[in-house]
Parts: sequence; C-alpha cells; structure tokens
Amino acid sequence: MSEFKGQALSWQIVNGAIELTLRREPCNEIGLATLEELEKFVAALPELAAGGHALVIHSTSKAGFSAGADLRELYHRSQQVEKAEAARGVRDFLERIHTVMNTIDALPMTTIAAVHGVTFGGGFELALTCDIIIADRTARFCFPELRLGLIPGFGGIPRLKRDVGNAVVRDLLLTGRSFNVMKAQQIGLVSQIAAEGEVLRVARATASQMAKFDRTTVLAAKRFIKPIPYDELKQEIEIFCNLFTQPAVKEGLRKFVENEGPQPYLP
Amino acid sequence: MPTNDHTLDEILNLAATHFKVPREKLTPDDDFFKTLGIDSLQALDLLTRLEHHFRIELPDYELQGVSDFRTLAQRIQSRL
Repeated sequence: MSEFKGQALSWQIVNGAIELTLRREPCNEIGLATLEELEKFVAALPELAAGGHALVIHSTSKAGFSAGADLRELYHRSQQVEKAEAARGVRDFLERIHTVMNTIDALPMTTIAAVHGVTFGGGFELALTCDIIIADRTARFCFPELRLGLIPGFGGIPRLKRDVGNAVVRDLLLTGRSFNVMKAQQIGLVSQIAAEGEVLRVARATASQMAKFDRTTVLAAKRFIKPIPYDELKQEIEIFCNLFTQPAVKEGLRKFVENEGPQPYLP
Repeated sequence: MPTNDHTLDEILNLAATHFKVPREKLTPDDDFFKTLGIDSLQALDLLTRLEHHFRIELPDYELQGVSDFRTLAQRIQSRL
C-alpha cells in the first residue's frame, strides 16, 4: 500500500521519502484507532521501503506533533471492564505499540521526526524512535506520566536514556515538566531547529540528503550507532503494567478526564 | 535587568499580538485563560513564546494555579 489515508494517519512517498502524517484532531492522541493504523503502516513498510530512502513523520494538527496516549479512551475502556481485564487490555496495547515502535526504530533507512508544538508522552516516544528529531520553535516536549501515577509506556525511558545523560532523564521524568526546543537542542535531543511552520520543509531537505548515500552503508552505520535496548523496553512494559493496577492511576486518569478547567495539560 | 512593570508590559504586548486581542483590552490582573480565550495547550504555547522572548527557562509547574498576567510576570522576573 504505497498510499493510505485513514482516520488517524496517512502516508505517501514524496520525492523518494516516505511521509507518515499524523492527522487525528485535536492533537494526535494515540488510542486504538491510531494503533491499528500504525500497524497497517508497519505492515506496508516492506513495500514502501522499496520506493523510499528515508522516513519523515510529521503532524498536520495545529496544536502539535502529538499529545501522547489517548487518556480519555484509556480511562473509559478501563471503567467498562473488570480490573484484571483492563490490565490485560493495557498489556496487549503496550505490546502492540512496542512492536510498532521497535519496527520504526530499526527501519533500514534514516528516519526523521519533524515536530512542532505539543510533543508529549507517547508522541515524544514516537519521535524518540527516529534517528533525527527536527523541531520548529513552537515545539514543547514532556513526559507527564508521573502526574498520572505511571511511567512512560511506549518505550520512552530506554530510548531517552539511549540519547541523553541519566541526570537529564531523571530531571525530565521526575519533575514531569515540559521544556522548549532550545532546551531540547541543548541536551542533544533535537538536531535542527526550524522557524515556525517550516519544520516539514527542513525535514524534507534533510531527507533528500539521505538519498545520496548507499543504503547498505546507512544500515550498517545505523545498527552500529543506534542499538535498540530490547531488554529495557520489555522491563518498561512490566513496570508500567504493575503500576497500572495501583489506585493512584485510576485517580490520576479520572482527574485528567473530568477536568473541565482550562489547565488539564498543566501540572 | 528590566523592571517588573517592563516585563509585565512585554508579556501583555506579546499575548495581544499572538492571540490577536487588542492590547488595550488586556490588564495585569486579567485571567489570561478567559481574556485570551485559551486552553492549557495554548497556555503552553504562550509559555514557549515567553521563554523564547525573555531567553529563560520557566518550568511549567511554576505556573500551576497562575492565571493572571501580573503573577506570570513575577514568575518570569524571578528567572531573568
């Protein structure tokens, strides 16, 4: 499937680069619908890879790249079933999304996350699967999961640890604070900063550079430079699933979902 | 270092320009969520723009419960 337009995602090949577009309003919350389309994307990758030398992931949402997991869906689904079944559902979701994330992480081509605005939680974790993050000046990153009594569950901690120092990981995780693109570049997460509204153009220009290189060499370099922390990723699922059964999580989700004030995304 | 009043004035100017609200309609004690008609995601956008403008880093938890321009200016002033 070289082109696709779904409810949450679309993809196509533009000038030899695969472009995966996140397009679920309000801010690309990642729930079952997005997961299913991500799985379709991953299944289509062997065919897409034949015609594409790079992958660019970007968003058409005005608010940003992605606000992360769909907390409202998670809350409502877990309300509808018994505790044990809810926990099984969460584990199944995590295992499926890890398969998607691990596949993107290991793709035999250079991958670029072109982010703007809100790049939170699962959205940040998706960006971290990419080889290069390019961000516009509006980008803001955050792992807010501790506010909900959880840790990031889509592979965020092992991938963040792979890319930055442990002191930075502790700061970001344990405060749950959001940070801007200048900080993200300063700590080494973001490779290039684009002017507001220019991130896709900059990412496309970067992707076109990749076309000049031999693919076998790119793959060899990538495997050497970017090991995938499979053991820690599995460990993360276990920790998340253990925490998910704690009462603090239900309460944290309820507070977020029922918050009708203007500040649900502020700590 | 700029005075608190100067910082406050710059915040009001930036908010008026970005959210396309007449500057004269904004006052220091306004609830900026209401006056600007913004939600928490837009408030984070405002925070990002203020951080760039003042070249500071202001953790968002310092904005917990802050909804007026005057207090926002004090938080920013403490980072200048």
